[in-house]
Amino acid sequence: MDVINQHTGERWYYSDIVKDHFFHPQNLLLDRPKNEDEFDAHGMVGSPACGDMMEMWMKVCPVGQAAADKAIMARQEHEVRIVDLKWKTFGCASAIAATSMFSVMLTENRGMTLAEALRVRPQDVMMRLGGLPNRKIHCSVLADKAFQKTANDYFRKNGLYDKIIVDGARVIDPRLNITDKDIEEAVLEGAQTLEEVQKKLKVGIGSPELTTEIEQLIRFYKEKYYG
Amino acid sequence: MFLFTMDTMRRVYLDHAAATPLDSRVKAVMEPYLTTEFGNAGGLYEEGRRASDALMNARQVVARALGTHPNEIIFTSGGTESDSLAIFGVAGFFGKTSNVARIRESFDVEEKKPHIITTTFEHHSVLNPCEQLEKEGFDVIYLNVGSDGIVDPQDIQNALCPETVLVSIMYANNEIGTIQPIAEIGKIIKEFIQKKAVAPPLGGPTAKWPVFHTDACQAAGYLDINVNNLGVDLMTINAAKIYGPKGVGVLYRRSGVPLKAQTIGGGQEMRMRGGTENIPCIVGFAKALEIAEASKEAEINRLTPLRDYFISELVRRISKTVLNGHPTKRLPNNINVSILDIEGEALVLYLDEKGISFSTGSACTSESLDPSHVILALGKPYEFAHSSMRFTLGRSTTKDDIDYVLSVLPQTVEWLRTVSPISIDINATSMSHPEAFAGQGMRAKAKSKNYK
Repeated sequence: MDVINQHTGERWYYSDIVKDHFFHPQNLLLDRPKNEDEFDAHGMVGSPACGDMMEMWMKVCPVGQAAADKAIMARQEHEVRIVDLKWKTFGCASAIAATSMFSVMLTENRGMTLAEALRVRPQDVMMRLGGLPNRKIHCSVLADKAFQKTANDYFRKNGLYDKIIVDGARVIDPRLNITDKDIEEAVLEGAQTLEEVQKKLKVGIGSPELTTEIEQLIRFYKEKYYG
Repeated sequence: MFLFTMDTMRRVYLDHAAATPLDSRVKAVMEPYLTTEFGNAGGLYEEGRRASDALMNARQVVARALGTHPNEIIFTSGGTESDSLAIFGVAGFFGKTSNVARIRESFDVEEKKPHIITTTFEHHSVLNPCEQLEKEGFDVIYLNVGSDGIVDPQDIQNALCPETVLVSIMYANNEIGTIQPIAEIGKIIKEFIQKKAVAPPLGGPTAKWPVFHTDACQAAGYLDINVNNLGVDLMTINAAKIYGPKGVGVLYRRSGVPLKAQTIGGGQEMRMRGGTENIPCIVGFAKALEIAEASKEAEINRLTPLRDYFISELVRRISKTVLNGHPTKRLPNNINVSILDIEGEALVLYLDEKGISFSTGSACTSESLDPSHVILALGKPYEFAHSSMRFTLGRSTTKDDIDYVLSVLPQTVEWLRTVSPISIDINATSMSHPEAFAGQGMRAKAKSKNYK
């Protein structure tokens, strides 16, 4: 329960950089957005290992444009870069510091493109933080997962279905790149029927051959989490 | 001449359930045995005899405090060892094939395994041995506790069966301080033994079962620890929680209670715990227990109103703060609250910067990354455990200390709530954002209290 590293005997469990980001988090979202289009994308993720939770909000602008030129929104072929990445975290010092550092890395030097940002690995965040205790590494893994969800939200909202990351999941609707994970999330959000899931995801609309499998998945997750 | 004053920030230590400072009077009686009085109590010569006298005297002091005989006091290395000896010791006796066969014969029960009753919110030094015994073929019942953190004696009555060899229920919970009705449970077990069919004596003429064990580590210093009033057969206490040295504990063993030694060697401690006796710590333990017993009543009277003041002010000044465990059937020094929407480790580290020490049931601070099993046992969702904060008062705690904590806590909580994305309902019985865990192999049900 203490914060003294058992192996090195350091007074703080965490590096000075972690400590700094923990006590002075960067890019923290202070007030929740009042309307939905205040940000271009949003994502939330939880760590089943410890129950930490993290929420992210992102603003982008087309590459080569100033942030003010938001009217010319990037579509399909236009690459965008991140101008703003805000977050909130329910978790320990390393979760807070890792999200803070992650948001700095993605927005510093005029901001990364989405492709660049998606290549940021948990190890990169760790390095910038000056290391984390071993069992705390999952906390920084969470920041990149939250971002992946946020990026997917952006791709979905902008019809860039082929860019959606389906890492570690099975694609159910290849046209919209909707996976079993997405259906699981919809069920956990409270959708109980095909119609309710389709309201959230549009999955299988126009592809009646997928209906049986989608219904099966809904039944499976309902049983798993509410049975 | 200038005197440079160091930056002496005020420290308010509120984690007395984890460790207490060594009382100076205890230190004084220990000191000779760390240096000049170094003899091995097994030696026949002068140095050995002096060590042996000190040991005997300490054993008498402890026995007196527990209302029992010196030969029923087994010194160990601490609470965990005492619990291990109690549980594996009883199991080791009844687990022997021949003894199990005799239990079966005596009750004409076929295919039944020896059986242990405990609760879901015991200390890990009881739970983990029980889990291991389950793997080795014992049946273990983990009784649920009420939402107030107190076990219902009726549940124990209902769970008792002829094969029950051990009942282990803690006296006061280490996280939420709730006091269990040990004397009442002791009576139920005694009646159960009397009513049981008369069996051929097992392991000697006085062996009876089930054996009743209680872990009283947190209770010593605040509650009645007379073993006859409690009706227990085995009881764990340790010195580190009562201003004594770390590394020494006691297992009280009622004479005749079947127990198999777990550390064997030179036959010390009535053949129940081999190893050269740790005389300085044992002497210190006896002194610490003597002081704790003498100052008990005054401490209870001093701390109870402080505890109640702290709880009521926390709930009044910080919104969405919930007391964990029964408001009055708890140790006079224990305050455990869930301050919702914030995570414990973050608050611990922020308050540490302000000079305040306390502990949390958050997953982030445990080696296993599991949130407090005690808070979950109360039927609360895991966010309540992640947000649970334990403040435990001690001899040095003053009202001024509490007021200092109350002066810095609200604004720190407010800041961490700004950082947090969640806003859980104060009456919630299920997790707030199950969808955040989609695709990650969550083991939990979304709408129930079971998280494993």
